[in-house]
Amino acid sequence: MDLLGFIIILVKVLVVFAATMITVMGMIYAERRVSAFMQGRLGPNRVGPKGLLQPIADGIKFFMKEDLIPSGADKPIFILAPAILLIPALMTFAVIPFGSSITMFGREIALQVADVNVGILYILALTSIGVYGIVLAGWSSNSKYSLLGGLRSSAQLISYELAMGLAVVSIILLAGSLRLNDIIADQQGYFLSWNVFKQPLAFIIFLVAVYAETNRLPFDLTEAEQELVGGYHTEYSSLKFAMFFLAEYANMITAAALTVTLFFGGWDVPLLDESSLGLLGAILSVLSFILKMAFFLFLFIWVRWTFPRFRYDQLMRLGWKVLLPLALINIFLTGGYLTLTAIK
Amino acid sequence: MATIIKSYEPTFWDKLYFPALLKGLMVTIKHFFRQKVTIQYPDERHIPPDGYRGLHRLNKYPDERIKCVACEMCAAACPSNCISIIPGPSPWDDGKERYPVRFDINLLRCIYCGFCEMACPEGAIELTEIYDFSNYSRDDLVIDKDGLLGVYELTKKQNYYTKKSHSPASLPFKTERT
Repeated sequence: MDLLGFIIILVKVLVVFAATMITVMGMIYAERRVSAFMQGRLGPNRVGPKGLLQPIADGIKFFMKEDLIPSGADKPIFILAPAILLIPALMTFAVIPFGSSITMFGREIALQVADVNVGILYILALTSIGVYGIVLAGWSSNSKYSLLGGLRSSAQLISYELAMGLAVVSIILLAGSLRLNDIIADQQGYFLSWNVFKQPLAFIIFLVAVYAETNRLPFDLTEAEQELVGGYHTEYSSLKFAMFFLAEYANMITAAALTVTLFFGGWDVPLLDESSLGLLGAILSVLSFILKMAFFLFLFIWVRWTFPRFRYDQLMRLGWKVLLPLALINIFLTGGYLTLTAIK
Repeated sequence: MATIIKSYEPTFWDKLYFPALLKGLMVTIKHFFRQKVTIQYPDERHIPPDGYRGLHRLNKYPDERIKCVACEMCAAACPSNCISIIPGPSPWDDGKERYPVRFDINLLRCIYCGFCEMACPEGAIELTEIYDFSNYSRDDLVIDKDGLLGVYELTKKQNYYTKKSHSPASLPFKTERT
């Protein structure tokens, strides 16, 4: 690879990383403000204009806290666990295309860090690695609450990953490719060509499963504070806790980006041919991606402050007895439809 | 006779759960845009409704004579015994013989029941709407005659809390730490 290409990739990595981090901070702020608004309160509005510096104050607070390791903890694993959770959470965004392409320095630069041809598999694999972080954190803490949180988390993630994967399969069937770019290309053009309209059932299954995957509220059994104190991160403090916090929000961002990519045409602006507009088209496509993602990030918070938590058996029943069969039926129908149209 | 309670059978539409979920989401988003109830206290003040019973005041006639005639009806009516009055001969020549030389109210003992203003035959003691008069020592929270008259001067023309965003005048007794 030549030097220019290397620099371009480096810049892309940095931009995506910085954008993710800024979005995480924005989400921490938004979560507190939106939850306050929904409860008729104002939320943090003292640190900086409108309280916008609140996440930075939170970060400094985490930094200053004492870093405790329980005496009975399995030290190496205890220290490793937050990293195992955080690193895949940040790596996932690498394959998601966040815009069309721009032409610069005489070459076409795709707005995506890595165009992996098994993009979806890469994402599903990495999100599964994240589970190890939670399980190991719960196990190494030498605390019953952490262990219970970790156990619940592993069971929940395994159950819902299945449904989520199967929902994605029907999308793969439609696009005929595992590359995220191909999936976006498949949805381009007219408004109704987005996968939400082609695969509404898969979308619903995927959305529900994503909330379970990210341990967000209707499915936050892992950190059910009324039962488990704090769940898998009960014993963590200071920056290690901050890493769990960061990972949770990074996972949400990836999940939102993935939802947009798979079901809402990614960076596609409806009824517009981005490639014919040059740079403007690229900017529009990035904006459209950000807007769609912002909606799904807001939905995460919105849902969190609306719905109560599932009971554990209800959670398992929903995963195995409802979502999984529905996803299988959906694949069957999609496959049948594709076969029939292919025969003609 | 036994009553038969019909249990609710959820329809297929109910069992989908999604209509109910959407309804729930609509409720929260409505609250999102609703007027917030928070009052940011030191910057904003709650304006109490009429009839609020807060800090006391001692009224005067327009010619500066204290309305109080030191009959000690208020002290007798007070359920918490927080009013202490030392009467003396009135310096004004208006047929009323007594006036309070000292008039102390222990604001920490007071329960703000308003019995004193009901008992007063002269309409001299009244409760104002002032609610934020916290202080640094117990001694400073025993308000004397000058303080009570000062509260009257403060509140005779207008309400103490005029606007939500407006910060009110300082109280006529010691409120700093020593």
